[in-house]
Amino acid sequence: MADAVIVVALLLTAGAATAAVAVRDPARQALVLSLLGLFLGVVFTVLQAPDVGLSQLAVGSALTPLLIMLSVRKVRRRGKEGGK
Amino acid sequence: MSRFFRLRVLAFGGAGLAALLVAACFDLPGFGGGSHPYGDRAVRASLARRTANVISSVNFDQRAYDTLGEMSILFAAVLGCVVLLRQNRDEHRDRPEPTEVALPVRRYALLVLPVALVTGLYVIAHGQLSPGGGFQGGVVAATALHLLYLGADYGALERVRPIGVFEVTDSLAACSYLVLGLAGVLAGTAFLANTLLPYGTFNTLSSGGTVPLLNAAIGMEVASAVVVLLARFLDQAVEIEEEKGS
Repeated sequence: MADAVIVVALLLTAGAATAAVAVRDPARQALVLSLLGLFLGVVFTVLQAPDVGLSQLAVGSALTPLLIMLSVRKVRRRGKEGGK
Repeated sequence: MSRFFRLRVLAFGGAGLAALLVAACFDLPGFGGGSHPYGDRAVRASLARRTANVISSVNFDQRAYDTLGEMSILFAAVLGCVVLLRQNRDEHRDRPEPTEVALPVRRYALLVLPVALVTGLYVIAHGQLSPGGGFQGGVVAATALHLLYLGADYGALERVRPIGVFEVTDSLAACSYLVLGLAGVLAGTAFLANTLLPYGTFNTLSSGGTVPLLNAAIGMEVASAVVVLLARFLDQAVEIEEEKGS
C-alpha cells in the first residue's frame, strides 16, 4: 500500500517535471513549477521526511514561482517600453 | 578549443560521472531497510536532550555549526540580491497606481493571510516538537505577508512592511545565532554546545536547552531575509523604471 502511494507520487512528480520543461511560456512555467513543488512535497512526506516536505512546499511551490513571476513582469514591462 | 573537442571533454566527464553513480548505486543499502546506524544514534542523542523533533535536534544541537553555515549562505545571498537589485543612477521610482482587485481574489487573500501568518509562526514556535522549524515557518510567514499585495495593492504592503526594520532584524537574528554559540564558549564548554540551559520536560515548548532559541533565531533570520528579498524583486517589478531616452 505504502509502495503504491510512493509510486503514484513519483509518477506525478515526473509528469509535472516533464510538463515544466515542455511549457515554453515562463509565466505558465512558474505555475507548473509550483505544482511540481507540491508533488515533490508529497514525495518527501510519504518517504517519512515531513521536515524536508515542508521546506519543499514553502520554497518550491511558493517562493520560487513568486520570484519567477516578478522577474517575468519586470522583463515584460521593459520590453514594452523599449518597443514604443 | 574547438567545439568538437569541448563536446568530447563533456562526454568523457559525463560518462565518468554516470559510471561512478551506477557503481555507487549498487552498493547502497536496500530501500526501506531496518538498519539505520546514523538514525539510531541521532534519535538516542536527541532523546537524551529531551528534544521531541529529532530533525531539529540534528539541525540546532548535533549539527548546529552546519546550520550556522547555511544561515550565512542565505544571508550572503540576500545581501548579494540587495546590492544587485538596487536603484541605479539612470533609473527612477514611479509610484504605482492603486489597481482594482477582483472581489473573489481580495476576499480569498485577506481570509487566508492571517491563517497563513499564524501557521508560519506556529511552525517556527513548535520547531523543537513537531515537523518544521525556523526555516520552514519563516518562509511561510514571510510569503503569507505578500498575500496583502494580491488582496489589496502594493501601497498597502509597503505600509505593513517597513523594509529598514526587516533588514535590521535580519542582521540581528544572524548575530543572535552567533552570540548564542559564543555563550557556550564563555560558559566554558564549546561553540554552539547545548549544555548551557536546562533541558526541561520532554515534549513541551521550552524543552531541548538552546534548541528553541537557535530555532527562533533562524526563524527570524529566514522570515526577514525572505521579506527583504521579495521586497527587492517587487521594487524592480513594480516601482523602479528606467529613465526615458536612456
